[in-house]
Amino acid sequence: MSTVTLSHLLRSQESSLLEAWLAEQRRSGNVRNLIADSDLKRQSAEFIQLLQQTVAEGDSTDYSSSTISREMRRFLDSITGDRAQLGFSPSETATFIFSFKRPLFEAIRTSTNDVTAQIDEVWNSSLLLDRLGLYVTESHQKAREGIILRQQQEMLELSTPVVKLWDGVLALPIIGTLDSSRTQTIMESLLERIVETGSEIAIIDITGVPTVDTLTAQHLLKTVTAARLMGAECIISGIRPQIAQTIVHLGVELGDVVTKASLADAFKIALQRTGFALAKRSSITAVK
Amino acid sequence: MEILQSDVLQIRQPEDIVLVRTAVRKIAIASKLGLVDQTKLVTAASEIARNTLDYGLGGEVRVDMVRDARTGVRLTFTDEGPGIPDLERAMTDGWTSGKGMGLGLSGTRRLMDEFQIASKVGEGTTVTIAKWSR
Ligand SMILES: Nc1ncnc2c1ncn2[C@@H]1O[C@H](COP(=O)(O)OP(=O)(O)OP(=O)(O)O)[C@@H](O)[C@H]1O
Ligand SMILES: [Mg+2]
Repeated sequence: MSTVTLSHLLRSQESSLLEAWLAEQRRSGNVRNLIADSDLKRQSAEFIQLLQQTVAEGDSTDYSSSTISREMRRFLDSITGDRAQLGFSPSETATFIFSFKRPLFEAIRTSTNDVTAQIDEVWNSSLLLDRLGLYVTESHQKAREGIILRQQQEMLELSTPVVKLWDGVLALPIIGTLDSSRTQTIMESLLERIVETGSEIAIIDITGVPTVDTLTAQHLLKTVTAARLMGAECIISGIRPQIAQTIVHLGVELGDVVTKASLADAFKIALQRTGFALAKRSSITAVK
Repeated sequence: MEILQSDVLQIRQPEDIVLVRTAVRKIAIASKLGLVDQTKLVTAASEIARNTLDYGLGGEVRVDMVRDARTGVRLTFTDEGPGIPDLERAMTDGWTSGKGMGLGLSGTRRLMDEFQIASKVGEGTTVTIAKWSR
């Protein structure tokens, strides 16, 4: 029975509810003037319609536990994403939902004289709105994580420096994840520098790569092969013990690629191969 | 077996795989897995999450901290993709239907303490893996 009322209420009083809610949102000041009035109006109207659907499709006696439909989730994700982008806090974002309570309860109160029905209705709709509010809070957090992640990736995209360590020796310290678009950039800049400098050896240091899975390994091996075609040998350094063990179990074979625990070890090998030797000054003096 | 903590993560785009790895590492540390086991679990999660995205056309993973005799982490990946027609072949080292190394599934089985896969053509795939603290 109670469904009929709320679902009906949301439909029959749609426009007055919308007006009252918009007034409430403006008053509670959570909009921060960052969202255009027209957008806010559109979003609020859409929410009322989706809520009406949710209630109509739900259990007729207890719609508080109605499933949150895919459309509703998509809608909430989208408005949350916008707000996260604008720098809203999770509670400011959730206030969008919670601020609907006052106008809704008011409408419920005036819709019937039956106090028990009023209480039931308020309780049920409150539970439902709370669930939607919680969903928004979680969605907001995920959106923030996504934004941070993108920023990190943009940063990483910028920082793939190929450094010259010595005549004929290049080093490529990789930091972060090796997803495919980034690997492409890294590979290209390494190959360019090999040609430019005529280097014989390139050290790829993966100390800063947290996980080496099959895709990462494949990208590394491709880079090594391409470098070979340009006439340079690669040494992979910075493979930490736990990563070495994991790669072995995974079944990845690095073939004839030279690997070293540290960049320093790799550098030593590189010097030997290019015909240099490092010696302490005291020992040189002694030779003299 | 008791579930101490549980979370569900969506796998819809490449960035989600990074989030899965981060979440799995966090729970592996909280479950007192050693550094090597953490690395194995995170790597396995990365493999299966990528399969879920690339072949399963997206899905989700449930991340559970569990307790039996010991504590551990159990991950359940599900997708509603095309499924795997020949499981034995898919589990073979080096077999890939794409451009991979064909080591994701078979390698993951070697990395984990527990590994289960169920798949039905046209319905989807579920992979469950677990690693226990020592
Ligand atoms: N969730 C899935 N849905 C459908 N097919 C799958 C799924 N997971 C794996 N497969 C199939 O099993 C094959 C083997 O998977 P596996 O992870 O071992 O290798 P890969 O992904 O091809 O390469 P790699 O993981 O080494 O990069 C895949 O090529 C694919 O055909
Ligand atoms: Mg794979």
